[in-house]
Amino acid sequence: MAGSGPAVCIGEDIDTDLVIAGRYLRTKDRSVWAEHAFEDLDPTIAPRLKGCVLVAGKNMGCGSSREQAVMALREAGVLAVVAPSFARIFFRNCINVGIPVLECEEFPCTNGEMVTYDCRTGMMRTDRVTRECLSLSPRMQEILEAGGLVEYWKRRLSR
Amino acid sequence: METLSEKILGAQAGSFSDKQIDKAFCHDGTGIQAKIIYDEMGAPGIVNPEACYVIYDHIAPANTSQTADLHRELRDFATKSGMHFSDIGGGICHQYMAEGRVLPGEVVIGADSHSCTLGALGAFATGVGASDMAGIWVSGETWLRVPESIALYISGTLGKGVEYKDLALCYVANLGMDGATYKSLEFRVDSTSEIPMEGRLTLSNMAVEAGAKTGLWYADRITREYLARYGQTCQDQKPHDEPFYTQEIWWELDDLEPCLAVPHRVDTVKSVSELAGTPLDQVFIGTCTNGRFEDLARAAAILDGKSVAVRTIVVPASQADYLQAATSGVLATLVAAGCTVCSPGCGPCLGAHMGVLGDGEVGLSTANRNFRNRMGVGASYYLSSPSTAAASAIAGEIADPREAV
Repeated sequence: MAGSGPAVCIGEDIDTDLVIAGRYLRTKDRSVWAEHAFEDLDPTIAPRLKGCVLVAGKNMGCGSSREQAVMALREAGVLAVVAPSFARIFFRNCINVGIPVLECEEFPCTNGEMVTYDCRTGMMRTDRVTRECLSLSPRMQEILEAGGLVEYWKRRLSR
Repeated sequence: METLSEKILGAQAGSFSDKQIDKAFCHDGTGIQAKIIYDEMGAPGIVNPEACYVIYDHIAPANTSQTADLHRELRDFATKSGMHFSDIGGGICHQYMAEGRVLPGEVVIGADSHSCTLGALGAFATGVGASDMAGIWVSGETWLRVPESIALYISGTLGKGVEYKDLALCYVANLGMDGATYKSLEFRVDSTSEIPMEGRLTLSNMAVEAGAKTGLWYADRITREYLARYGQTCQDQKPHDEPFYTQEIWWELDDLEPCLAVPHRVDTVKSVSELAGTPLDQVFIGTCTNGRFEDLARAAAILDGKSVAVRTIVVPASQADYLQAATSGVLATLVAAGCTVCSPGCGPCLGAHMGVLGDGEVGLSTANRNFRNRMGVGASYYLSSPSTAAASAIAGEIADPREAV
């Protein structure tokens, strides 16, 4: 669970309605969520998500439990999400769909700047700054390393 | 000493605990996603279907053929697998579960962020996403981090026209939208105050708006009397002398006044008197925060013999609330005043149907969330108590309920 990619920076208190609006939820086509991600916040964000590290302000993902919000990020190709704090359901949902979440104190960063992260060591950095992140529980690590909760339970059920 | 969260989860704050789930529920929105994920997991079956509930509330009845197809798929799955199933009109999942289906001390997981509502019954109740729900279906358990707790001490008595919703808005504003993230709120009441179950449900409901994992009440006489209405019995939960709280906040009910969360943040709260006269396009009374019978009855008392000056939508939280409003005359009063009453469920709260606002419109809602574009793209809306909503519906603009009751 390590990688690197250009940063896409978003603000504080970004709620799940802003990640994916309620009007796009009733579908089985997950590409819809990727296509419309952050549409009400800034329509220029969605095309920049592929291969990026999403760098958010505090309280990332507050609001609804809708997992479509994190599926939108996964489908769009977001590598990891960084924030000083996460809403807890969003945090859980990220791990469950296999997106690394890195919680650390404010991470000064600009759009396009390369961010490198490693979930196992809990470190992330740019050329200018290095940060230590909140460590994940063994079970969270296991889910992430399996690629998400579907693969995690597939493995456990087949044992 | 241990907090109620630690007592129920049986572990210290900060530790991780794998817990068997006593009750798990989801709705049409999260349920269909959980079903898709469950299929992907390739599980042989649902471990404990009698602990699982599927409750249609978000877009119920269906608004399009696509929604109806998803409803049909989940309905077939829920009924064939032996889970409890509540079809359209049964009510909002949190209210439906609160009607005798959750008991103090239980671990309750709902695939909806407002599952914290059920903390009002002394259950450790919290929200998760669809994958977690599918995981619970296949295993009967999930992992939880035992939260640290914040105490909200409440004393005094509410004044005329002031409601527990006003306190809910105030405590969220006080903590901020992330002030209780990863923590539990524990509501503690002074012996001179008595907060009814409907008020507790409203206060617990909004815990997640401050980021909290749950909003807990110790089960007591009020809990016992409430559950007895549904044929359930329970024991009181006695708090330890000095539970360890990371923060303690005191609220005096006598000091509260009617207030509103202003667009587009639930933690930006102002007094109604400050905003009186703001023109409105729509008023909505309902949701898991304030769609219970008592909420509708307070609104009806203000609307009795009057007419609404702006379109006003009323959505009872459950079939039981709807029926009680019908048999008591509350519904007739609301309809006579010009309200449009829709079938029990979430209504327009999530911005999907039945009263979504238009671009540039201004609404007032008794819901818990006023995020930008949530209840209508380009719209803005205020959050208030049912009394403020009713007084404002008559005036066609934000109005102080203390002048109407």
